[in-house]
Amino acid sequence: MISDDDVRHVARLARLHLGPDETARMTAELAKILEHVAKISELGDDMSGVEPTAHVIDVTNVTRADKERPSWPREEALRNAPAVGDECFRVPRMGA
Amino acid sequence: MSAWEPVVGLEIHVELDTRTKMFCGCAVTKGDPPNTHTCPVCLAHPGALPVVNQRAVEYATRIALALECTVRPRNVFHRKNYFYPDLPKAYQISQFDEPLAVDGWFEYWVGEDKLRCRINRVHMEEDAAKLVHAGGEAGRIAGSDYSMVDFNRGGTPLIEIVGEPDIPSAEAAAEFLRQLRGLIVELGVSECNMEEGQVRWDANLSVRPAGGAELGTRTELKNMNSFRFLQQALEAERVRQIEVLEAGGAIDQETLHFDPDTGVTTPLRSKEEAHDYRYFPEPDLVPLVMDAAWVEEVRAGLPELPGARVERFMEQYVLSRGDALLLGSSGPLARFYEEVVAEGVDPKAAANWTMGEYLAHLNETGLEPGRGHVTPGRLAALVKLVQEGAVSATGGKQVFALMLEERGEPAAIVAKHGLAQVSDAGELEAVVQKVLDDNPSQVEQFRAGKEQLAGFFVGQVMKATRGRANPKLVNELVRDLLTR
Amino acid sequence: MTTGLDPLRLTAREARRLLVDGEVTAAELLTAYLDQIEAVEDAVHAYLQVTADNARRYATEIDSEMGAARGALAGLPTAIKDNMVTEGVVTTCASKILHNYQPIYTATAVKQLFGDHVVMLGKANMDEFAMGSSCENSGFGPTRNPWDLSTVPGGSSGGSAAAVAAGEALWALGSDTGGSIRQPAALCGVVGMKPTYGAVSRYGLVAFASSLDQIGPITRDVWDCALLLGHIVGRDPCDSTSIELPCAVELPTAERLDGLRFGIPGEYLAAGVEPGVRARFDETVVRIEELGGVCEEISLPHTEYALPAYYIIAPAEASANLARFDGVRYGYRAAPVDDLIDMYERTRGEGFGAEVKRRIMIGTYALSSGYYDAFYGQAQRVRTLVRRDFAEAFEAVDLVVSPTSPTVAFKLGSRTADPLAMYMSDVCTIPVNLAGLPAISIPCGLADGLPVGFQLIGPAFSENAILSAAHALEQAIGFDQVASFREAGR
Repeated sequence: MISDDDVRHVARLARLHLGPDETARMTAELAKILEHVAKISELGDDMSGVEPTAHVIDVTNVTRADKERPSWPREEALRNAPAVGDECFRVPRMGA
Repeated sequence: MSAWEPVVGLEIHVELDTRTKMFCGCAVTKGDPPNTHTCPVCLAHPGALPVVNQRAVEYATRIALALECTVRPRNVFHRKNYFYPDLPKAYQISQFDEPLAVDGWFEYWVGEDKLRCRINRVHMEEDAAKLVHAGGEAGRIAGSDYSMVDFNRGGTPLIEIVGEPDIPSAEAAAEFLRQLRGLIVELGVSECNMEEGQVRWDANLSVRPAGGAELGTRTELKNMNSFRFLQQALEAERVRQIEVLEAGGAIDQETLHFDPDTGVTTPLRSKEEAHDYRYFPEPDLVPLVMDAAWVEEVRAGLPELPGARVERFMEQYVLSRGDALLLGSSGPLARFYEEVVAEGVDPKAAANWTMGEYLAHLNETGLEPGRGHVTPGRLAALVKLVQEGAVSATGGKQVFALMLEERGEPAAIVAKHGLAQVSDAGELEAVVQKVLDDNPSQVEQFRAGKEQLAGFFVGQVMKATRGRANPKLVNELVRDLLTR
Repeated sequence: MTTGLDPLRLTAREARRLLVDGEVTAAELLTAYLDQIEAVEDAVHAYLQVTADNARRYATEIDSEMGAARGALAGLPTAIKDNMVTEGVVTTCASKILHNYQPIYTATAVKQLFGDHVVMLGKANMDEFAMGSSCENSGFGPTRNPWDLSTVPGGSSGGSAAAVAAGEALWALGSDTGGSIRQPAALCGVVGMKPTYGAVSRYGLVAFASSLDQIGPITRDVWDCALLLGHIVGRDPCDSTSIELPCAVELPTAERLDGLRFGIPGEYLAAGVEPGVRARFDETVVRIEELGGVCEEISLPHTEYALPAYYIIAPAEASANLARFDGVRYGYRAAPVDDLIDMYERTRGEGFGAEVKRRIMIGTYALSSGYYDAFYGQAQRVRTLVRRDFAEAFEAVDLVVSPTSPTVAFKLGSRTADPLAMYMSDVCTIPVNLAGLPAISIPCGLADGLPVGFQLIGPAFSENAILSAAHALEQAIGFDQVASFREAGR
C-alpha cells in the first residue's frame, strides 16, 4: 500500500531524516497502520450527506480588539535560540 | 508581433495598517530593532494559540466590498503547511476554499479606456517574518553563508487579492496596480508603502493568438518592487514568449526573475519542488459568520471610491475623462480640487490651475495635496484674480511662484510686485500706437495681407508693458488700430 | 515535626482542611511528599524534574507571608505533566528536541493554579509529545506502575497518574487526546477526568491534536477531582476554542443513583476486554443498580471506525503542530550541518522518537495531495457519525459507561514491537475525544492484583452529573489502595 519511495517523499515533506534501515522499518509499520485506518473507506457511499466535523464546539466569531499588548523583551525572545547573530535568529545557509 | 496578445494575471498582497498583528497583540511597526515586537504566539512557541484581530476582518471586508466582491456568509481559516525560516509555525494561517469574499471586479483606466478585471477572491492571512541573507552577493540567497530572521513583521495582517487573467498588456497591469493601490489607500486600511513592501505582487503572463479565447502556458514573475519594473518585466517576457513560440518552441511553466539592468528574465535557479501545502481547516480558530447587517454597515462606511468620483467629476464639473482621471483618481488631490471650486472658482479654471501649476509644485516638492502654503483658499484667490482680469494668466503664474517663495497672499503679491494687469484701454491704446509707429514695415506687411503679424505686435506690446497688459484687450486694440 | 501525613492516604480535601485548621504547615505537607519522592522515585520515575528547592521556598512563603491572602488551594503539592509550559522551568514534553527548552510564559490552566497558590512538585513524565499509551515513548525513560514495577502506568499522562498513585503528589494535571488521562488513571488505580472540549484553556498546552486535546485532573478521589477541575476551567481570551461552562463545577455529595439511566455500549465490551476487567465492570454495573440506577444496553454503531479515524485526525493535526520544532528558535538543533534543509531533517530526525516520527509520517501522508479526501476528509465525516451516535444515545440515557481500558497494566516492552497493538489500548476512550465529550475514570477493583478502571461518559457540559454519579459509585465501591498495596507487600 505504501512504497519506500512514498515514504521518502513524505519524509522530505515532513523534513524528517530517516536512516536507511529506518526507512525500511517505517515503510513496514506505516503499511500496517494505513491498512488499519483505511477501514474508514468501508463507509464509502453512506457518507454523501455527512458533513465533516472540523470543530466539536458550536462557537463562531471569536475575535479580539485591535489593542496592543506589550511584546516580550528581546532577551526573552532570543533566550532559547540555538544560534543568534545581530539580534536575529541565525540559520544555516539556505542557497544551493 | 501584433499577431499575438498577452494575458496578464495578478496576485496582490497588502499589509494592513492595524495596530496589532493578525493573531496576537504585538504591535505592527516599521523599522524597529529586530525581534522587539514578538511574543509566544508570533514566535510559535510550544502551546501558543492564535486569536483573530477584529479590525483586520473589518479592513479586509472593506477591501472586498470596494472590489465589488460577494462577502461569503461564512469563512474559515486553513493551515498552509511548508518549512521556511520566516514561517515559525511551519504553516501559515491563511484561507483556502472558504475565503472571506469572491467574485468581484475592479475597473481601471488605461489612457481614456476603461477596463475591467474580475477579482477571483479576497482573503485574510498572516505575513511571514523578515529574512536577511548574509555572505552572498547583494543579499541574495544563492551563495549566502547563513541567514538571519527578524520576527517583528511576522504575523502582520495580510490581505491577498487574486485577479483573473483579464489584463491585456504590461501597461494595463501597471495601471491596474497603480489604481488598485490608490483605492486601497483611500479605504484607509493600508498606506501601501512600496519601499516598505506593504504592497507586493506576483504576476503571470501568457500569450495567445490575437483574439483567441484559450489561454497559453503562463510563466510567473515574482518580487518586482515597482510598477515600472513590473511593466518592463512583463513587456520583456511578452517579447520572449512570442519569440519562443514563433520559433516553434513551447513555453515552460516556470517562475522567472527579472533583472531591470539587463532587461532579461531568467528562470529562478533554486528550482524548488512544487509545494504540497496540505491545507486543512485551522483547528485553533473557529469559523467567522459574517452578519449581513454588519457587512452593510461596513459598505455604508466606505468613502466615495475613485471610480465613482471620476464619473461624478466628469458630469458635475464638465471635465474631460482625462482631466477627471487626473483630478479624481486620488482622494487628497480630488478633495483639494473640490475645495478650490467650493470657493466659487469656475471648475474648468480650477481644473487647469490644479493640474498645471499646482500639480507641478507638488511633484517638485513631494508635498501631499493640501499641505504647505498653497491652500485651496489661496489657489482659489489667485485663480479668481486671473479670471477677473486683475492679473494676466502669465502674471498669475508669476504670482504663484512668488507666493511659494514669499509665503504671502496672492492679492498682496500682485500689489507688491506691481503685477496688476493693465486693462485701461486708453493707456494700452497709447502703447499699441507706439508699437505700430515703431514698426512701420511690419505694419505695411500686415496691411498687405500677412495677418499673422498681429501676433508680433501683440508680443511687442506685452514686452513694452513687461507682460502686464491684458492680452485680450491688446489683441483687440492691435486689430482695431491696424484696420483703422 | 512529623504529623503522620500519609501520602498514600491523604486527599486534597483532607490536606486542605489540615492546612486551613493550622494542624499542618505547607512546609510539613510538602516534606511528606518530597520524602515519598525520595523513597520511591528511583523505582517509579514519575518525574522528569522535581523542583524541590522552588517548592520549599514557596511553601515557606505560604506559611510565613501570605496569611489571609492565601489562595483556595494554597500549599497543595501538585505535579504538572511536562507538556504544559511553565515559565522559567524547563519543559520537555519528554522529547529530546525540547531537552533544554525554557518557556517564556506559563500555560493558562497552570497559571490559574499558581494563582490559587498550589505548590508545584515538578514536571511529570509522559509519552513523548503525548503520543502513546504506556509512557514507554518518553525520550527520558519510562515511568513504572507503582502497583507492579514491571508494568506500565499507561499513557500518555503516565507520570502524573503514577505520581498520584505512588503518593509522590497529592494530585496532578494531565492531558487527554485519546484517553491519555483516563487510561493511565485506570491502570494506576486513581481518578482521572477529561472535561468537555473547550472547558479548560489549551493556551500553553503543547499541542498534539488541537481539536482533541484537553487538560484535566488526576486525583485520589472524585471529590478532589471536582475541586481541581473547578480551578482550571474557564474561558480564556488567549484560546479561541475555549468556552465557559454553563454552570460552575460543583463539589459532589451524592450517595445514590436513583432515577439515573446508564447505557452500556455493546461495541465497547466486544473490544478485546480481558476477563478480569470484564468481571469488575459487570460487578460495578450491579452496584449501579443497587444504588438505584438503571442500566441498559445501547449501541454506538460507528465505534469500530472511531479508532481508525482518530489515527488519521490526530496524526494529521500533530504533523502540523510539531512542524514548529525545526531547530530555528528553540530546542535541539543538529550540528554540524550542510545547509538549512540538512539542519531541519537532522534536527527532527535526531530529536524526535520513533512513535512521534511514525505519527508525523502518517499525518503528513493523510493530508498530502491526492490523499486528503480519502483519509482526512473521510475521518472528519466519521467523526460526525461518532458524535451523532453519542447524541442519539444521550436521548435514551443520562450517562454511558464502559471499562476505561480493555486490559489492566501490561508488562513493559510487551507492546512496543507493534504500534497497532499499543493503539488498541485506547479503543474505549478515543471516541469520547472525537465527540468532544466529558468523561471520568474511577477505580472499580483489581484484576490479577492490578487496578481496573470504570469510565462514565456524559453529554457536553455534564461535568456535574458525571462527578455526582462517579462520587456515589466510588463510595459504594470503596476501593482502598493502601489495603491493596499492603496485601501485595508494597
